Amino acid sequence: MTNIQVLGHGCENCKRLEANAREAVAKAGIEAQITKVTDDPGIMAFGILSTPGLVIDGKVASYGRVPSADEIARWLKA
Amino acid sequence: MTASTLRRVRVPLPLSVAAAVVAWLVAWFANLPLANWLAFDVLRLEAGSHLGEAVAFFLLDTPKVLLLLLGVVTVVSFLRSFVEPERVRRALAGRGTLPGTVAAASFGIITPFCSCSAVPLFIGFVEAGVPLGVTFAFLVSSPMVNEVAIVLLWGLFGPGIALAYMAAGLAVAITSGLVIGRLGLERYVEDYVWTIRAGSAMPTFRPTLADRLHDAWRSTADILGRVWPWVVGGIAVGAFIHGFVPTDLVVSIGGSGNPLAVPALVAIGVPLYSNAAGTIPIVEALLGKGLPLGSALAFMMAVTALSVPELVILRRVMKPRLLAVFVAVVASGIIAIGYLFNAVAA
Repeated sequence: MTNIQVLGHGCENCKRLEANAREAVAKAGIEAQITKVTDDPGIMAFGILSTPGLVIDGKVASYGRVPSADEIARWLKA
Repeated sequence: MTASTLRRVRVPLPLSVAAAVVAWLVAWFANLPLANWLAFDVLRLEAGSHLGEAVAFFLLDTPKVLLLLLGVVTVVSFLRSFVEPERVRRALAGRGTLPGTVAAASFGIITPFCSCSAVPLFIGFVEAGVPLGVTFAFLVSSPMVNEVAIVLLWGLFGPGIALAYMAAGLAVAITSGLVIGRLGLERYVEDYVWTIRAGSAMPTFRPTLADRLHDAWRSTADILGRVWPWVVGGIAVGAFIHGFVPTDLVVSIGGSGNPLAVPALVAIGVPLYSNAAGTIPIVEALLGKGLPLGSALAFMMAVTALSVPELVILRRVMKPRLLAVFVAVVASGIIAIGYLFNAVAA
């Protein structure tokens, strides 16, 4: 089971990233749990400098941009 | 054959980029003849009449500004996907006060600024040992000297005023950074900020060129989708002012004869943040009607540099005292620029 975290305070981009992540999970055909991290210390613990951030199994996959569902699916399968 | 199988047929990337560039150029060069033809041949308005000039101005400037935004924002978004805040931070942490402040203000031009990212950025900078003043120089310049404002200024006023705005914005950012740095306000940063142990992350996956182009296009569509009604509205009001508002009125209210004009315009500008795209065309028209350059610059800088939503977000990391100093220092800098340009131009 893959653990996906979406880091951000809930702005437009964060919502889009979460939607893309859900689509990517469906595309990749894997089991994953998607959670959101919205508090500052929680977000900062990952050391990102701009939101939204995407964390896959504890590793920061991207931050400061909204990767497309296809792109995330590629990472999930990697 | 469903939509999803159709979508699989991908046009090669260089081809779609080339097609987009050609389409843009065609639209750009067709704009002037098309606008004149619409205003004077189709609508049969009289060249030189109030209404004719106002309509021609609107028909010419709206597509021009939207096309400029489309082109420039796409290119800028693409290019700056290569500028990583992580690297910027590292470059800023190890410098002296003056070079650090100047560098931070300059980095502010090229880095994107989204007020929802202000908090992680602030914490990340401070945590990495970037001095408070240097961090503020970045926080001031980043939203003020942004590509939407520069494009509108360049398109509507020409390069001279766009560059003056940029230089004035940098000056305010650098001065604010130096002043705030000197005041020693570290204790007014919210205490929890100092206790956060931020990791240092580099993204695991690097986006490909196609990903970056896709990103750039996506964020451009986003920005344009948000600002176009303001641009159209702003140019419509500007066109009306061009055609109908008497010059005497503007000069008597906003002219250099009214010493309170600059601070008053700054006070009006702060709550107008999201409307930066709408206010610049109006200011352009007012400038044509005799509003002094300094007053106009101060107003536009106030619109972009200080905004209520940004202040609400920054309150999470700054105690009210620091927030107040931030607003006061930036506003004073903008007002000073306003008076300076008014004095030089007069």
